[in-house]
Amino acid sequence: MANPSTTSNTRKKSPSAWAEPVSTLSVDETPQGAMNLNVDGRHLVSPLQGFGQMWQKTFQVRLNGVDLSPEEVLTVWQNNFPAFQPPENQFYPSMSGIKPGEVILINAKVPPFPGMPNLLPVSTGVMVLYADDEMFTVMCPEGHPLSGWNNFRVFEDDDGYLVAEVQEQSRASDPMYEFFFRVLGSSSQQDNIWIHVLTQLANHLEVEGVEVSVTRNLIDPRVQWSAARNIWNNAAIRTIFYVVGTPFRWAGSKIRSGDS
Amino acid sequence: MSKAEITVGDRKVGNGIYVLDIAGEINAYAENDLMEAYTRVNSDSAKWIIMNFNNLDYMNSSGIGLLVTLLIRVQRQKQHLMAFGLTDHYRQIFELTRLDEAITIYDDETSAVKAANGS
Repeated sequence: MANPSTTSNTRKKSPSAWAEPVSTLSVDETPQGAMNLNVDGRHLVSPLQGFGQMWQKTFQVRLNGVDLSPEEVLTVWQNNFPAFQPPENQFYPSMSGIKPGEVILINAKVPPFPGMPNLLPVSTGVMVLYADDEMFTVMCPEGHPLSGWNNFRVFEDDDGYLVAEVQEQSRASDPMYEFFFRVLGSSSQQDNIWIHVLTQLANHLEVEGVEVSVTRNLIDPRVQWSAARNIWNNAAIRTIFYVVGTPFRWAGSKIRSGDS
Repeated sequence: MSKAEITVGDRKVGNGIYVLDIAGEINAYAENDLMEAYTRVNSDSAKWIIMNFNNLDYMNSSGIGLLVTLLIRVQRQKQHLMAFGLTDHYRQIFELTRLDEAITIYDDETSAVKAANGS
């Protein structure tokens, strides 16, 4: 086994690591190929505004043999953030990349039921809440399946080995998502996304014997019925209506252009 | 050097009212110090937990996550979490992350304790 990186941490403690205050999200320019839906005009939501049980899930992979500093690994991670996602999860960062305040559009496809192919489109996004040279965090908008955030971090563990970590702190946003997460297996599908991402990162860095550990902590077993109305903004429902309505909008625009 | 760069003191300032004096940095390594301080003040009589941020040096997004976890623990004990001493910058962060909707922020300790006493 190669020696772990011994580069010491140089922390960047700057207020500019945080996104500027925003009341709602706005997408200035939609990256080519992306569907910009369910993001513009949406408020950010922390775990406190969600509906379902609150979980903190920590996914870690030891990067044995990687002779880079945590900061260098994080840069690799940021630069390849969309590429490390599973194929059914298309991430579209802005031209600026992973910077505080930037919005990343997400076009995903999910199976209608466990074991079925990924058929249902879900268009949503996240905002980069925080980014320094050790970690970055994305926060979800209303309508996203999860209310909360994900921290992406690279650090040296107590044994001096590099560790890449994803920590998700969230609730399901509304009753429908909670049903899917708790009953239909969407929770493990969500987990598999971060296992896939960490595996891809480790493979990219040519780590051998990749093993991703997962720790799940139930922070709050209660659901918040006051947040049940979040279903109004449900991105999955809205995306399906949008996709189903596409031929009708196209026909409508043809008719209107024919009239003029 | 320890990765935790935080100290959390605690003191009782009124009937069921406790202040956590936070000094240093709230990041991923601060969990033990923060939660141990809460455990020290958590009792049947504790109703108000007030965080003093006057000596906060820095807080990253992991730190915000820790505060959410602390808030849930406090709420499950039917207690209330308050804060004072936040700079304008961190007040904005509380607004951005919407923690201000669950953690009432006061300018100073006197205001926070007065509000707790008046409830």
